[in-house]
Amino acid sequence: MGRTAPARRASRRGFVARLLAAAPDALVVTGLGSAAYDVFAAGDRDRNFYLWGAMGGAAPVGLGLALAQPGQSVLVITGDGEQLMGIGSLGTIGAKRPRNLTIVVLDNGHFGETGMQRSHTSLGTDLVAVAKGFGIAHAFSTGSIDDCEDIAAGIRARQQTSFVQVFVEADEPPRVLPPRDGPFVKNRFRAALGLKPF
Amino acid sequence: MNPTPPPAPAWQEAVFKVLKRGGVRQIAYVPDAGHAHAIRSAIADPEIEDIVLTTEEEGVAIACGAWLGGQRAVLLMQSSGVGNCVNMLSLLQAADFPFLMLVTMRGEYAEFNPWQRPMGRATQAALELMGIHVLRADRADEVEEVVGAGLDAAFLAGDRVAVLLGQGLIGRKKWERD
Repeated sequence: MGRTAPARRASRRGFVARLLAAAPDALVVTGLGSAAYDVFAAGDRDRNFYLWGAMGGAAPVGLGLALAQPGQSVLVITGDGEQLMGIGSLGTIGAKRPRNLTIVVLDNGHFGETGMQRSHTSLGTDLVAVAKGFGIAHAFSTGSIDDCEDIAAGIRARQQTSFVQVFVEADEPPRVLPPRDGPFVKNRFRAALGLKPF
Repeated sequence: MNPTPPPAPAWQEAVFKVLKRGGVRQIAYVPDAGHAHAIRSAIADPEIEDIVLTTEEEGVAIACGAWLGGQRAVLLMQSSGVGNCVNMLSLLQAADFPFLMLVTMRGEYAEFNPWQRPMGRATQAALELMGIHVLRADRADEVEEVVGAGLDAAFLAGDRVAVLLGQGLIGRKKWERD
């Protein structure tokens, strides 16, 4: 039972910029590497939390945040390699199913940061089937930037946990580096939610 | 389907009391018999999210997400799970997150299973290598105080703390079923 290559692939920068423009209030957690650069390239925001390490941690950071802030839309934007390393977290999310959590995996089928080695999604893994198997019923894929508005409407509506696999081109747009100062990014994020220092 | 569990030891009740009193709103866990009461109580408490994990490192990230959103979380596991967390613990230092984990020990006292020994013996050193401050309770009557001290250090002083709950608290594991 082989998988066919996706019919279309989107530009990662274009997709992320258009998605965030349509969900301007979302709390965003990025995986390390290209996904963080893509989100930063779309415009730095106080409501962004960029990972620079902790590979596999983006989705569970998003889960803890979504449970803590049920009145906010939480959006995890990460890559296929980062999500694969934390693949079990989709099971943990599938068990809790917070209605305000959306996970977007920018899937270029490769480990972009380390020299474009093929990842499991180039070699047989179907992330949508994995997400559904873990209990995230609203899971789908796209390769079209024209789906951004519909995805953003779902993010804003906060009606169900969603998983979106976005087939993107395996290119390497110019690196634009978000701040690496973790305490700064964390405190800025919390301040944007009106949270005080301890 | 859900038989009434036997009454929990007082030290286990003390653990949950401290977490509840300390305003913990998310309890993430990989189960252990020593955490059975806290897990059961979290599931029953509408103010606390109980989060079962596929692997312990997820709980480190969840605790950081909870803090980003203004909530206190705690991570429960047994000592074998500490090894599963090591790289994810870097998130705590890199962004200076408050953090509390409670670890029931294996491999150190009347241990029947030699496979528990390597990680059990390495647990404290592994945590300390990753910058976690380690506290420890071995007697039932000190559990409440030590867990409370860990909670205060984490959420009042922003520290990263693990409280090890000695295997002697749990006692000998009964291997044969009646």
